[in-house]
Amino acid sequence: MTSSESQRISADAVAKVARLARLTLDDDELQQATVELGAMLDHFADIDALDLGDVEPMMQPTPLVNVMRDDVVGPTLDRDEVLAAAPAAEDARFRVPPIIGLDE
Amino acid sequence: MTRTTGAIGIAHDVRAGNTTAVDVVEDHLAAIDAREGDVHAFNLVMADRARARAAEIDEIVAAGGDPGPLAGVPVALKDNLCTRGIPTTCSSAILDRWKPPYDATVVTRLAEAGAVVVGKTNLDEFAMGSSTENSAFGTTRNPHDLDRVPGGSSGGSAAAVAAGFATVALGSDTGGSIRQPAALCGVVGVKPTYGAVSRLGLIAFGSSLDQIGPFATTVADAAVTLESISGHDPGDSTSIRQGPLELSAQLDRGVDGLRVGRISDLPEGASPDVEERLDAAFDALAAAGAEIVDVEVPAFGYGLTAYYLIAPAEASSNLARFDGVRFGLRADAPDTNAMYMATRTEGFGAEVKRRIMLGTYALSAGYYDAYYGRAQKVRRLIADDFAAAYARADVLLTPASPTVAFEIGAKASDPLAMYLCDTYTIPSNLSGDPGMSVPFGTGAHGLPVGVQVLAPALEDARMFRVAAALERAAPVAAGGAGDRAGDEIHDEAQPSYGREEVTP
Repeated sequence: MTSSESQRISADAVAKVARLARLTLDDDELQQATVELGAMLDHFADIDALDLGDVEPMMQPTPLVNVMRDDVVGPTLDRDEVLAAAPAAEDARFRVPPIIGLDE
Repeated sequence: MTRTTGAIGIAHDVRAGNTTAVDVVEDHLAAIDAREGDVHAFNLVMADRARARAAEIDEIVAAGGDPGPLAGVPVALKDNLCTRGIPTTCSSAILDRWKPPYDATVVTRLAEAGAVVVGKTNLDEFAMGSSTENSAFGTTRNPHDLDRVPGGSSGGSAAAVAAGFATVALGSDTGGSIRQPAALCGVVGVKPTYGAVSRLGLIAFGSSLDQIGPFATTVADAAVTLESISGHDPGDSTSIRQGPLELSAQLDRGVDGLRVGRISDLPEGASPDVEERLDAAFDALAAAGAEIVDVEVPAFGYGLTAYYLIAPAEASSNLARFDGVRFGLRADAPDTNAMYMATRTEGFGAEVKRRIMLGTYALSAGYYDAYYGRAQKVRRLIADDFAAAYARADVLLTPASPTVAFEIGAKASDPLAMYLCDTYTIPSNLSGDPGMSVPFGTGAHGLPVGVQVLAPALEDARMFRVAAALERAAPVAAGGAGDRAGDEIHDEAQPSYGREEVTP
């Protein structure tokens, strides 16, 4: 189980995944993550051999579907309490830095 | 001083006025004082709050009222359960010092039952791990051997009960995170049927897999605790439509005529001492009148793969909310995207990042069908295979953990080796069926071994019935590592509670 055997995931793919997940990896971390994720995906290739053509995917164990409640106003969280636990709040809202710099 | 032990005994004595909740909680706080410095089960010990709550319970009794079936029982809560106004961290730097604005439903129900919360317990960060070594606040040590892990992710809760710091505890189980630490710490640990216990207020890891459940030193205590927290909650859309589980009445029914299944194609990996205990458990149930049958669960061995594609995928979605905007840590940054990246990079530990990336990849365009999609189909195969097995057996018995507690650091640098710890517990998270670990003697180095009882969905009572029979036949009396040492006060011990609690 060595990285030289597996090109199951490339460093570029890992870098893209990290960006999607809003994580920053330095070069060493990127290399290590590529090796680790590759080794895991190698291990998980055991299900490649299964014939799953007719199998219905299973999302969750219960028979529940589209659980809704009546559209009736009721108690909810205390806004001041919620905002008091936030990193920054102002004017009854969460305060954030400027929303720019989304480079994708 | 006579020390009432066990939830049922304590609740009885408190309600009857034979002891006070204050005395009971002081007992447990003294046990914490004596050994918490060594064990580090807690992120937060809530000594003042516990005393105040215990006094309230005593006032109810004095006024002729009934505080409930867990009256005065000291309980510890895994620190991924929201406690209003009290720090809830998931053992992550990204939530350090965050205080939820609401209580988890199970927390409310425990309070209504009269329980007294003594603290929030340590866990692997965001419940991802099998040893509690992934905590951002230091690892918890196994009370039976301080150089060994308590298991994970609910290692703090398991250790708290094993060390006598709390009579019962709550944990969460997504791939085995109650059952495996229960086995390693020599206590009872239960993952109920998916949907039987409300997840409202459990900080989500894998929403289709997570379940809250109890740790206790006896099957009966686990039963009464689970009864108190289970039942439909309209606040959880995955909460099944039935009332609280009814378990206690089943415990003395015995196993005469029950079919106990041995999975003949179970994946290998259990150590010989664990196998020996499992064999002994089958023998004990047979001697008690059960019929042992061989069954096959062909897809069982694919559970690890399916889980390590599904759970990280769900986690990558659930943990997207931790971005510095609303909760906990915020890194300084000039714009929101930079804030997200810096906060998450700084706030998440290595294992959490690993799983988020794995999950993101499994869900990403072009790979969804190959990974997440296929894993969901494997999940269906596992559920179907279990259902077929349950046509021929009433319950199944497997190891809970492949080995006894391993040494701290032994698996920490090999994520795949760590994942194998959950080989026997994961499939029932995928299927949604209940499972519980029952202590059944000792293995290598005299360390505890747990046997896992599995049952079909909604047959939690049957599972408890078999567990109680196992407990009666177990070679060592159910009890925590704290029973032997808990009454000694070490003068030199410095209480180490982690962060100071906030005075109410």
